Amino acid sequence: MTVADALRELGFRSLRVVAQLGQMLLFALAIGRATILPPYRLRRYLEEIHNLGVLSLVIVCISGLAVGMVLGLQGYNTLVRFGAEGSLGAVVGLSLIRELGPVLTALLVIGRAGSATAAEIASMVTTEQLDGLRMMSIDPMGIVVSPKANSMVFVMPMLCALFILFGITGAYFVGVTLMGLDPGIFLSSLSSSIRFRDDIVGSMLKALIFGFLAGLIATFRGYTSAPTAAGVSAATTSTVVLSSVAVLICDYFVTALWGFDI
Amino acid sequence: MDSVRSPAPPHVQFENVHMAFDDRVVHRSLSCSFARGRISVILGGSGSGKSTLLRLIGGLVRPDAGRILVGSSDVTQLSEAELFDVRTGLGMLFQHGALLDSLTVFDNLALPLRERALGSEAEIAERVREQLSSVGLDGVETLLPGQLSGGMLRRAALARAMILRPEILLCDEPFSGLDPISLRRIESLLAAINQRSGTTLLVVSHHIASTFRLADQVVLLLPGRSVSGTPRDLATSSDPEVAGFFDEGSPTQSPLLTDGASRRMDT
Ligand SMILES: Nc1ncnc2c1ncn2[C@@H]1O[C@H](COP(=O)(O)OP(=O)(O)O)[C@@H](O)[C@H]1O
Ligand SMILES: [Mg+2]
Repeated sequence: MTVADALRELGFRSLRVVAQLGQMLLFALAIGRATILPPYRLRRYLEEIHNLGVLSLVIVCISGLAVGMVLGLQGYNTLVRFGAEGSLGAVVGLSLIRELGPVLTALLVIGRAGSATAAEIASMVTTEQLDGLRMMSIDPMGIVVSPKANSMVFVMPMLCALFILFGITGAYFVGVTLMGLDPGIFLSSLSSSIRFRDDIVGSMLKALIFGFLAGLIATFRGYTSAPTAAGVSAATTSTVVLSSVAVLICDYFVTALWGFDI
Repeated sequence: MDSVRSPAPPHVQFENVHMAFDDRVVHRSLSCSFARGRISVILGGSGSGKSTLLRLIGGLVRPDAGRILVGSSDVTQLSEAELFDVRTGLGMLFQHGALLDSLTVFDNLALPLRERALGSEAEIAERVREQLSSVGLDGVETLLPGQLSGGMLRRAALARAMILRPEILLCDEPFSGLDPISLRRIESLLAAINQRSGTTLLVVSHHIASTFRLADQVVLLLPGRSVSGTPRDLATSSDPEVAGFFDEGSPTQSPLLTDGASRRMDT
């Protein structure tokens, strides 16, 4: 391949990315429209939130606990070198709340629920279920897509909070029960170091944004998939890859812009 | 029954419709019409654009040029919101049913009624049961579509397509993949729908025998052109491409099929 070919290929690909981003923006607007305009499908929302909960609850709790325990162990062993093991609560709490909670929860939910959402919508495309709805004058954006996308935004902060709670519990178990730290010191170092706006609100904001990205990408990929079996698997894989990368990139910018000052 | 019926005015009309997916041309200046209150069968090899033709009528895809009149409205000019009105008069039986697989058969049929708030929950339940038993499906309300056999699924989908009592019923290969008994059953249900309520039927099919039994009119899609007439006209046509399609002894030898197949491999 010559340099010119490579350049042409690069240009072609960038154009495709830009076109896709534009399409996705329009798709997001269509979701917003379907959300705001009646009919309001409260039942569909409850169903979707229930589904997302069932899919993600257990893995989020278990992973939170495991990550918290590792943090507790690593944190304790490191801090003890400086005689600063009393700050374990602060170290673990801040890293979970500000960074690990939102990001790891998002990655877990993407792998479990994002891929399932994309696969479900894509298979509805393949089997003409969405066209069937259209032919009955029912807008699939309203009945299928927007409940799925919005529930993801709604559920992510709750799952993230849960992840953080289980994480802190895990760290508490390792630090206090196994390593013999004083429970009062652990908890006071945790509570005195957390700032509401910077840490808690920032964390929830991240979770909301990640939920938006995960919901948007999963539904978009599913909805625009090719109506074939290969289309379903392509939609699923690319949902996981795209939304994970989007979350990680976005994480940097939210952190920078929200002004997490130390 | 085809020859006794008098001519009827067109209900659906294609005028010089050009349809292509990217650079694959599916319909080139297609003009044909489908008579009101009659059963029209659309024949053609695979990939000849039969499903696309039905999807064009429903406004699910838009042509590059030409007009498609459904009743008096040109669906190619309508916005998505305006299309919703036209689709109220259209029922579509998809090839694989297209029932929502997360809902029970009952909820699938009730959905369009609930969406339009057509009656109380009790009235809706009554109407759904009536509709299901009209296609010979009793006691399957609580099953999911995935739990039905192929023939039952097709009938459930037919019941859903008819639940809003459309004026026009579009059927995409309603006989494909069915055993002979299920096939005859769907066939007689379709004939009954047409006779009882005067519904205009557009049936896409490969099945020559049932075409002869059902059709008032046949539209045959050939590469680059279409031919319409009564089944008998077409079967006795002197045009070799047309007659070849009706030659059941060697259906795979027909010029249309081989042509269609080679066209598909080109791209
Ligand atoms: N959504 C689509 N995108 C691209 N090509 C399509 C699409 N739908 C149909 N086609 C192509 O159009 C042609 C006609 O398809 P179709 O109407 O499904 O044929 P038939 O129902 O007669 O078998 C086929 O070659 C098919 O590959
Ligand atoms: Mg087809």
